Amino acid sequence: MTQPGKIETTGGRNSLRPSDDEISFLKDRAKFCRLETIRLIEIAKVGHYTSVFSAAELFSALYYDAMALRRGEPKWEDRDRFMMGKGHAAVGLFPILADLDFIDRDLLDGYTRLGSPLGDHPDMTKVPGIDFSSGSIGHALSAGCGMALAARILGKDFFTFVMIGDGELQEGQVWEAALFGAHNQLGRLIGIIDRNGYQLDGSVDDIIGVEPIVEKWQAFGWATHVVDGHDVAAITTLLRSLKADRERKRPAMIIAQTIKGKGVSYMETEPGWHLGYLDPSDAARAVAEIEAMEN
Amino acid sequence: MNKPLSDKSWQYRQLNSVTPGLDALSDALIELVAAGEPIVAGTADLQYSNGLSKFHQLHPNRFVQFGISEQNMVSAAAGMAAVGMKPYIATFASFLALLCCEQIRMDVAYSKLPVRLIGHHAGISLGFYGTSHHATEDLAIMRSIANLTVIAPADANQLMDVIKAANDYPHPIYIRIQRGRDPEVYAERRPFKIGKAITHCAGTDLTIIATGSTVHPALEASRALQSAGASVGFIDMATVKPIDRDAILEAAAQSRKILTVEEHNVLGGLGGAVAEVLTSEGLPVKLTRHGIYDEYSLIAPPTHLYAHYELDTKGVEARATRILEGRA
Repeated sequence: MTQPGKIETTGGRNSLRPSDDEISFLKDRAKFCRLETIRLIEIAKVGHYTSVFSAAELFSALYYDAMALRRGEPKWEDRDRFMMGKGHAAVGLFPILADLDFIDRDLLDGYTRLGSPLGDHPDMTKVPGIDFSSGSIGHALSAGCGMALAARILGKDFFTFVMIGDGELQEGQVWEAALFGAHNQLGRLIGIIDRNGYQLDGSVDDIIGVEPIVEKWQAFGWATHVVDGHDVAAITTLLRSLKADRERKRPAMIIAQTIKGKGVSYMETEPGWHLGYLDPSDAARAVAEIEAMEN
Repeated sequence: MNKPLSDKSWQYRQLNSVTPGLDALSDALIELVAAGEPIVAGTADLQYSNGLSKFHQLHPNRFVQFGISEQNMVSAAAGMAAVGMKPYIATFASFLALLCCEQIRMDVAYSKLPVRLIGHHAGISLGFYGTSHHATEDLAIMRSIANLTVIAPADANQLMDVIKAANDYPHPIYIRIQRGRDPEVYAERRPFKIGKAITHCAGTDLTIIATGSTVHPALEASRALQSAGASVGFIDMATVKPIDRDAILEAAAQSRKILTVEEHNVLGGLGGAVAEVLTSEGLPVKLTRHGIYDEYSLIAPPTHLYAHYELDTKGVEARATRILEGRA
């Protein structure tokens, strides 16, 4: 297993473009997220591998670079906030929270066991570092709107990040929040769509198509940015530039083009892995492929 | 962005005659702002119906207009509460309780966030607007959500007392109110204790327990019955959850007959809550639950509906008389 991160605080970089060392570090942390996800789902015997794998670089860029956080201080009042509409990817977040000393690393080993605070979805009442509970799809962007608006009323400086799935765009409440965020000029609100193209029953485009995503968000008044969701340099540069513009009025929506199951060849080509369980030989193959990913 | 209301808007409000009872909502929140509380008020395109326009006028930076997006309003209020604010959000009880049930359960109640959910125009008070606007299920829904406290004030003064008591209360609260035209039950403001019933009098023949809008007619009915010689107790069960078990058990011991009155389906509301207490104690008490009898209410002006469903003074008196005479 890769080693825990070395950073003490994140956020507030001077240069928009990450250095080669920073890129290498962020790739390493995405790899760590994937490997830990395999390990934890082994404990639960079933879980959402591919939903984490599509978002691993996004998690890494957020938690290890873009977001203002303090190691070991999950309740730091001025931290940037993050919440996930696609709550079923929580299994990939927990190792990162442990890595940042927000939760005890020993907790990871009890993932989903009776009485564990760590379940399939993030729970703010049980897990330090989770800023908002999720599980029911479609609420998170609204909650993010509330946080961003409250920050303005309270005179707080933090940014609010909300990750949503592309299938989640089928929920009507997302578009209520889209209207609200733009109308209220919530420029410190940054949404990220993990556009991996799949939901539980199959392809998003086949089930209820959500394209054209970019034009929809633009029409709703959001600043839109399309990025390769596995290119940590591109993601980090974009997030740094969005944070650098502290006077922006329009909320931003990042459409991150991702691959469901990224990093494990047989998952990338088989969308049926939305919810699954790896037997030991498949798990070994997955680990080997992830470890072979370029740093 | 929220802008101060224009003069024209203010006139519009005046023309639409928001009643003093609903001004109480704004007045209570204005008091909290003056006390330095980090409160924010929000509504879903109903500031003239619930009287929050008055609050909006005075504190435009503490007012959030959500437009017609109730679910977004509830989740956003939860987000605001998660970073240190105390949101009070108000819309028609039918839309709040039924449309936003899941947002209330998951985003507010589960995490015990200090959001105050104000469902107004509850019960059948929207009269001719029809079934879509009648809320006769909200108490049952809200009562079944863990961590959520449910209060139905009887009049404007009690509403202000409830909001004052709610401010430092550690749980989320659903506050069920009417349309601001409730007759006065309490002439003065007085400290409200959440979870504590207000026992107006004890009786040995029958105890009437009412909540919210039915407190006034039921109290009047109890007085009429007392004047006619019956020993009738009366309890204002403003807090439906957590319900005051002691008050119910005391009433049961005194009278052995209880009549609950509510502007709600008899299933799952106040009557259901009282039944749960009585049955859990195994007491030999005759309980009659009076309200809307598991049907969709008719379309009519509210006063006509209250008469039709025997939820006015005369109706409650008639219902109680049948119990006292052993005919019901």
